[in-house]
Amino acid sequence: MDVALSVRDLRAYYLTSHFGVEREVRAVDDITLSVEKKEIYGIAGESSCGKSTFIRTIAAAIRPPLRVLGGSIRYSFLDRDLYDLDERALTEMRWKHLSCILQGSMNVLNPVRRVRESFKDFASPHMGLARSVFFDAVKAHLNRLRLSPTVLSAFPHELSGGMRQRVAIALATVCRPEFIIADEPTTALDVVVQKDVLALILEMQREIGSSMIFVTHDLTVHANISNRLGIMYAGRLVEEGSTRDILRDPMHPYTRHLIASLPRIGDVTPKKGLSGAPPSLADPPSGCRFHPRCPLAMDICRQAHPELTALAPGRRVACYAVSPLVQPAHEAAAARKATKADKSAAFLQ
Amino acid sequence: MGGLLGRTRFAAIDDVSFSLEAARPEIFAIIGESGSGKTTLARMILNTLAPSKGIIRFLGEDISRFRGRREQLQFMRKVQPIFQNPFEAFNPLKRVDRYLFASAYHFAGHHGRAGREAAADEALKKVGLSLAEVKGRFPHELSGGQLQRAAIARALISSPALIVADEPVSMVDASLRMSIVNLFKTLRDELRVSIIYITHDLATAYYISDRVLIMQKGKVVETGPARQVLSNPQHPYTVLLRESILSPDDVDKSHLAGAA
Repeated sequence: MDVALSVRDLRAYYLTSHFGVEREVRAVDDITLSVEKKEIYGIAGESSCGKSTFIRTIAAAIRPPLRVLGGSIRYSFLDRDLYDLDERALTEMRWKHLSCILQGSMNVLNPVRRVRESFKDFASPHMGLARSVFFDAVKAHLNRLRLSPTVLSAFPHELSGGMRQRVAIALATVCRPEFIIADEPTTALDVVVQKDVLALILEMQREIGSSMIFVTHDLTVHANISNRLGIMYAGRLVEEGSTRDILRDPMHPYTRHLIASLPRIGDVTPKKGLSGAPPSLADPPSGCRFHPRCPLAMDICRQAHPELTALAPGRRVACYAVSPLVQPAHEAAAARKATKADKSAAFLQ
Repeated sequence: MGGLLGRTRFAAIDDVSFSLEAARPEIFAIIGESGSGKTTLARMILNTLAPSKGIIRFLGEDISRFRGRREQLQFMRKVQPIFQNPFEAFNPLKRVDRYLFASAYHFAGHHGRAGREAAADEALKKVGLSLAEVKGRFPHELSGGQLQRAAIARALISSPALIVADEPVSMVDASLRMSIVNLFKTLRDELRVSIIYITHDLATAYYISDRVLIMQKGKVVETGPARQVLSNPQHPYTVLLRESILSPDDVDKSHLAGAA
């Protein structure tokens, strides 16, 4: 399979210094994942687990105090690392190759300008078409999304939440980008509208054939839209696998809890909430960041954080309690280095 | 579709009737999509908005007849709200404990400092927190789940008979959502508080509520025992809502494939 996006050992921290007090918030810590072409990769996790920071980082939309401290981000449509591009190349890339559908579509659309102007601002420079041809293309595109062309002359506040979100989808897909990042695109919508919007996103993604990272905390949405799923907890990826495997057979205790606590119609067995609060990323717990809330915590969990280890094809888990194969991350890194050194030594001989 | 509305008179709530019994506490869910008038209804029950027509009675008294601060306070003591987003409900520049103390002062008559603190601590203990965790903290220093619990604790200080909770868990993290929902169950069973649970989430409504009322565009389309209405919906709108719920079990057969 072709890889559309490959992220390796990505670290992005918020670094602040006020009145001489240095603080670092480790919002994204050592994330490695890859997204295949035409795949929808879901990311799930609660608020402040770093998922928004992660997508901001892979969209090159960071500004201080957020800083990328290490790792690489490679898209298939770029010939080099994302952070080696200059500002002009980034502008060129955005919207044409990489676009976003965000949570509050009100934040995408300028509230004091008509929708038409947003299309002109965002998409027109990338399409390189004459004004009238461009708007014909936009109208045809809106039509495909079952929106009337009259929305172009409306202000964002005149549209309902669902319509606004569809306009945002239209904006994100009009240039037919290779990669789409969707950040909680349906969270603010109610159930009926949510289903329509999700169906529309899926339809567009299939038609354009783009890859997608889909972020939401709602596992029921992931069950319906994502091919693969990564679970984030406190800035780290703790489990990854196909959506079906994860929902059917979750391995990490955090994932297990998330899935067991989902309420379903027709099910009245008591569900438990997780005790404790999500950890602060400014001062994360030592070792595995889940250990203070984990029912399976052992001594080693408090000491060293577990490496995200492949336990089955396409299945990675970071938990000592799940399998003896999972090693502390620093040991795994040392082992990797050793084998690499062995290999290069063998090569030299 | 809210859409391109002009300036027309708008019946946000149209001919809605229901009653809750004082002697038998229950969780009564009001379900509807955004714009169906759920929040307007909540405001009318809280007596911050007067109905254009019709009467809301609380313990036999018409709540629109309350005159003066004393009668209103008396009513507020018995009927307390919980709002959707705890970060918006609390002033970010005000310490959370001050809300608890103000409630203890106005609604529970604790004028001394020791009494106020004891009342706040007792209420916080009911929701699994303690005053030591909350005292002196600003809203941003607590997590969403903790803050929502603190909001519930504040509502409990005056030992109300009814709590009106407007989308209380939609902004709370998935891992903490069930603990808040379970807390409502405890309140009903142990403290005998009735709860009007306003939501668009059918799954949690099914899980905790005794009765449901389904609203569409200000009108009641279906009402009855929760399990019965939600497992065997009769009205086409309820059927639509029921079919729109995504479930984790859809992973084999995506709901969306048919729609797309």
